[in-house]
Amino acid sequence: MIKFDIQNLKLYYGDYQALKGIDLAIEEREITAFIGPSGCGKSTLLKSLNRMNDLVEGCRVVGKVLLDGEDIYGALDVTELRRRVGMVFQKPNPFPMSVYDNIAFGPRTHGITQKHKLDEIVETTLKNAAIWDELKDRLKKSAIALSGGQQQRLCIARALAVQPEVLLMDEPTSALDPISTGKIEELILDLKRRYSIVIVTHNMQQATRISDKTAFFLLGEVVEFDETENLFSAPRDKRTEDYITGRFG
Amino acid sequence: MKSRQRTKRKPLDLALAAVTYIAAGLTVAILLLLIGYVVIQGVPNLKLSMFSPRYTSENVSAFPAIVTTVELTLLSLIIAVPLGVCTAIYLTEYARRGNRVVGLIRITAETLSGIPSIVYGLFGMLFFVTALGWGFSLIAGALTLAIMILPLIMRTTEEALLSVPDSYREGSFGLGAGRLRTVFRIVLPAAVPGILSGVILAIGRIVGETAALIYTAGTAAEMPTLTGSARTLAVHMYTLSSEGLHTGEAYATAVILLVLVVGINALAAFSAKKLTRA
Repeated sequence: MIKFDIQNLKLYYGDYQALKGIDLAIEEREITAFIGPSGCGKSTLLKSLNRMNDLVEGCRVVGKVLLDGEDIYGALDVTELRRRVGMVFQKPNPFPMSVYDNIAFGPRTHGITQKHKLDEIVETTLKNAAIWDELKDRLKKSAIALSGGQQQRLCIARALAVQPEVLLMDEPTSALDPISTGKIEELILDLKRRYSIVIVTHNMQQATRISDKTAFFLLGEVVEFDETENLFSAPRDKRTEDYITGRFG
Repeated sequence: MKSRQRTKRKPLDLALAAVTYIAAGLTVAILLLLIGYVVIQGVPNLKLSMFSPRYTSENVSAFPAIVTTVELTLLSLIIAVPLGVCTAIYLTEYARRGNRVVGLIRITAETLSGIPSIVYGLFGMLFFVTALGWGFSLIAGALTLAIMILPLIMRTTEEALLSVPDSYREGSFGLGAGRLRTVFRIVLPAAVPGILSGVILAIGRIVGETAALIYTAGTAAEMPTLTGSARTLAVHMYTLSSEGLHTGEAYATAVILLVLVVGINALAAFSAKKLTRA
């Protein structure tokens, strides 16, 4: 099943064209990795999948992004889109409030106010994010006091709390140590059973470890998109080969 | 290792370090001297009769002035803080960059914050007291001071909002929250400590103000009513010392003022803590 169908997507920041006609199909319950050098448009494409680019002044989008066949730049409500398509950022960004309130923020935004329901959501999402045992006695403590790795897993849990269908992750481990990175990768692999995941990464080992499919970006275009195994063992394009063998980028 | 580093210090390092030590020491010394002087001059003159509920020329009671100071401070803050905070929210969170209105508001605020308070006093007198016919009154004084502290509240709030990391906003929008919810649930609570420091500065200016009040709230030493004339502690002190009959009581009033300011600031800090918790 195709979750996201991106058709000839062009994106402009003012006069600058950041995406030059992207065609890509993202499968349900798979991990799709976006790789490529800095400024190649991979984060921009990720952000356009839940319209975070709306917040950038002078940003203009042409083309179609279909989520389950529905154009997200058409009639679909942005609030509903962002509930269905969650996002995890490069730097852990827990809100300066308690662990509990961090998780409950999303559900409260979408109208859930009863305490017992929120309690239940907080517990199940923290369990899903494999961080319940570490945090169950610290639910009322400030999330800012957690370690970087715990903060990032909390942010993943926070995104899961609104029961999304897709998780977008923008270099989620680039600010973390190897052990925290390992835990997050494990978590991502576990989450694959229930969610479609798109991950931007600078770390090619990470892409080979966790992703099913990989797209290689260069200068606002998708150069190659294939099964991760094929792309890394037998790239069809010379530029892909140069990049994954470390000749540039 | 540490001691060797110390002996190897370059002369310039040493000189700069000395300058900072001396500057810090001087600042503390001046403050202590000032507070010490006021306390030594004031405390022996503190009499129980200064706290009697009614002012007469015998007891020179400061009590009505204390009540006036507290009421005027609260009144001015109630008017200026919501207005200033909301303006700052508009400027930082809603207005588009390069908007003409934004530039105009900023320039106005900057100009207003540089104007001496006597000018606000004259404006208050011409507008509230005379044109609107309110006479010398607490409300005219409070409105005048509210206008005076508005730029200060606005600027400090703006700084506080700008210093809230964008990643909080992204996180909130990313969960589907709208701008209103993002601003009031995420950004504003994170900015409360910064806003509070602006409020404390504003309290200092209100409590210390005399020029703008003499022309708007007048100098009556009565218990305050909204439409009647009343004097704050600072005005009370000014009147006592300019009359020349009660210099000792003026110092005693200064001690009361000092205690009051510490009290109000502590209260502000406490309520901000409560606010951020909620």
